[in-house]
Amino acid sequence: MRMRIVEISVGGFVLAGVLALLFLAVRVSGIDVQDSATYTLTARFSDVAGLKRRAKVSLAGVTIGRVVDIKVDAAYGEAVVYMELDVDAGELSTDTGAQVLTEGILGARYIGLLQGAEDDVLVDGGEIVDTQGALVLERIIGDLVTRLGS
Amino acid sequence: MLALQIIRLLGRRALERIEGLGRATIMWALALWGLPNRTDISLLFQQIYNLGVLSLVIIILSAFSIGAVLALQFYTQLVRFGAQEAVGVGLAMVLLRELGPVVTALLFAGRAGSAITAEIGLMKSTEQLSSMEMMGVDPLRRIVAPRLWAGIISLPLLTAIFNVVAIYGGAIVSIEWLGVDPGGFWSGMTDFVQLWNDIGKGMVKALVFAIIVTWIAVYQGYDTLPTAEGIGLATTRTVVHSSVMILAMDFVLTLTMYGDFN
Amino acid sequence: MSSPSQNLVEIRSLSYRLGERIIFDNVSLDVQRGRITAIIGPSGTGKTTLLRMIGGQLKPDEGHVLIDGVDVCQISRERLFELRKDMGMLFQSSALFTDLTVFENVAFPLRVHTELPEDSLRDLVLMKLNAVGLRGARDLKPSQLSGGMARRVALARAIALDPKLIMYDEPFTGQDPIAMGVLLTLVRGLNEALNTTSLVVSHDIHETVSIADQIYVLSNGKVIGSGSPDMLRDHATPQVRQFMHGSPDGPVPFHYPADDYRFDLLGREL
Repeated sequence: MRMRIVEISVGGFVLAGVLALLFLAVRVSGIDVQDSATYTLTARFSDVAGLKRRAKVSLAGVTIGRVVDIKVDAAYGEAVVYMELDVDAGELSTDTGAQVLTEGILGARYIGLLQGAEDDVLVDGGEIVDTQGALVLERIIGDLVTRLGS
Repeated sequence: MLALQIIRLLGRRALERIEGLGRATIMWALALWGLPNRTDISLLFQQIYNLGVLSLVIIILSAFSIGAVLALQFYTQLVRFGAQEAVGVGLAMVLLRELGPVVTALLFAGRAGSAITAEIGLMKSTEQLSSMEMMGVDPLRRIVAPRLWAGIISLPLLTAIFNVVAIYGGAIVSIEWLGVDPGGFWSGMTDFVQLWNDIGKGMVKALVFAIIVTWIAVYQGYDTLPTAEGIGLATTRTVVHSSVMILAMDFVLTLTMYGDFN
Repeated sequence: MSSPSQNLVEIRSLSYRLGERIIFDNVSLDVQRGRITAIIGPSGTGKTTLLRMIGGQLKPDEGHVLIDGVDVCQISRERLFELRKDMGMLFQSSALFTDLTVFENVAFPLRVHTELPEDSLRDLVLMKLNAVGLRGARDLKPSQLSGGMARRVALARAIALDPKLIMYDEPFTGQDPIAMGVLLTLVRGLNEALNTTSLVVSHDIHETVSIADQIYVLSNGKVIGSGSPDMLRDHATPQVRQFMHGSPDGPVPFHYPADDYRFDLLGREL
């Protein structure tokens, strides 16, 4: 009888521990359990100003994907951003615009997309051509100073 | 003359320490090698019960109050910037990466580690270990191995439970009491917490701490002087050595795993 | 003296030191099959250490411990554990497993070393418990037993596997007269009933002498006398006679070695 109590409570304990881990993974880190289908796009920016991996990619304020990798192309002096987008979110036209934006004044960087008007759509491995790099505060102030000076 | 004596004493102490480490390592290796076989599974179960299940109450109570207190402190600071929704992220990060593994391991050392040492020490002083050996049963396999494995299994699970309870404690305080928007609280968390980087590495820490605490506890019990005073000393040493080692290893692990601070 | 096959245990020129202290200095002795051999001597002469060496728990610095012609110090850990199945040892503190009942304590060696089905195991355990008169105490925990009962349970556990050799470490210490009588009868009776060999280590001379066939007197790491109880009572060595008769003073001094008494009391400046 005593052994049964031990076994039942140990079983319960292990189950609780595993469920806790599962809860942490799903609820806290927000991994998608159903693992929805995604496709990858790239975009070249003149400046990503501290954009990080796993940053949001949003369309009209709704998160539809994540940045998976950022590389630098020294030959062109550009940053190449790889992002994974949900298939469910729908298709993006080839003239879609991408911008590096900031959440709040001091918040994290993310990529904002603007749906284009073309009929052709971007497919897996495609590239967003119409890009606009991040606004860097020092550069704006520098611009302002030179303009005021002239 | 005195200097010579001091040097000799230091030398002997150092040698004793090295010898102790050697004995501890041999004991540990022999015990882990003796992986519990079929018939020993019930011994392992009994130990998971003793070390894991019986530690649950203290873990849950501590976790809840730590989560609640953290939420209060984060809130009072963040509300000044109107960023009170970031309580969720702050809470999750601090708990998953540092406080969860460390506090759970410290509580485990105090609750389960000391119990292991006292139990094995008493078995040794009443010749139970010797008599087992004389009956042709290896106490390293029969007594030490199940405790080592039970600790290694239990502590990571306890850490996961601690984290969940603490996050819930924080959520209850900030959402129900302080009026933080639940959407912001939870989505802020899911946006920033990463599976491997935050949860996985926290669990690695828990595993390392489990090895440290059970190893120290078992060795101190096994190597104790077979007297009442000896057992008392060994129990104290288990808690002190474990706590210091946990905190020191936490620093080392944080440095190696999060060292690039990208 | 006797042919090798007659001896179950042979100890040959055994030496052992613990730090600066010499525990054994060239000790040799034999334990004959089927008989009760006793090793007696003052406390602290390493009698328990000797039993541990026979059990292979300690290794001597020099010399050999042969059991059935096998050197305990030379064999592997596995062989040693195998060999120990043929040995039963009764510890001074009984060493019962405190978390198990009396029944489970006696069943322990059977469970780990045999694959007996549960009902024959139960019969065997009850037989062993009956032999020590404690069949009725099977469901008690060790904490509920008196010292004498605990020692009898430990004895039942020691004989569970029908060992060739039973070793008793101070079996009579701290027992009341009735428990003592019971134990004496048991040691003698078991040796005959199970047809085993017994080795008793003790400093309770009278009790030990009354059951032993062969006695070794150990003092200061040496065997100072050996023979049958009658031979030893009138031994040529005064130390042996002192010990056998239990006189407080004699060649074995009453006082632990110390500085001169007057010198000690009056202080060093004298």
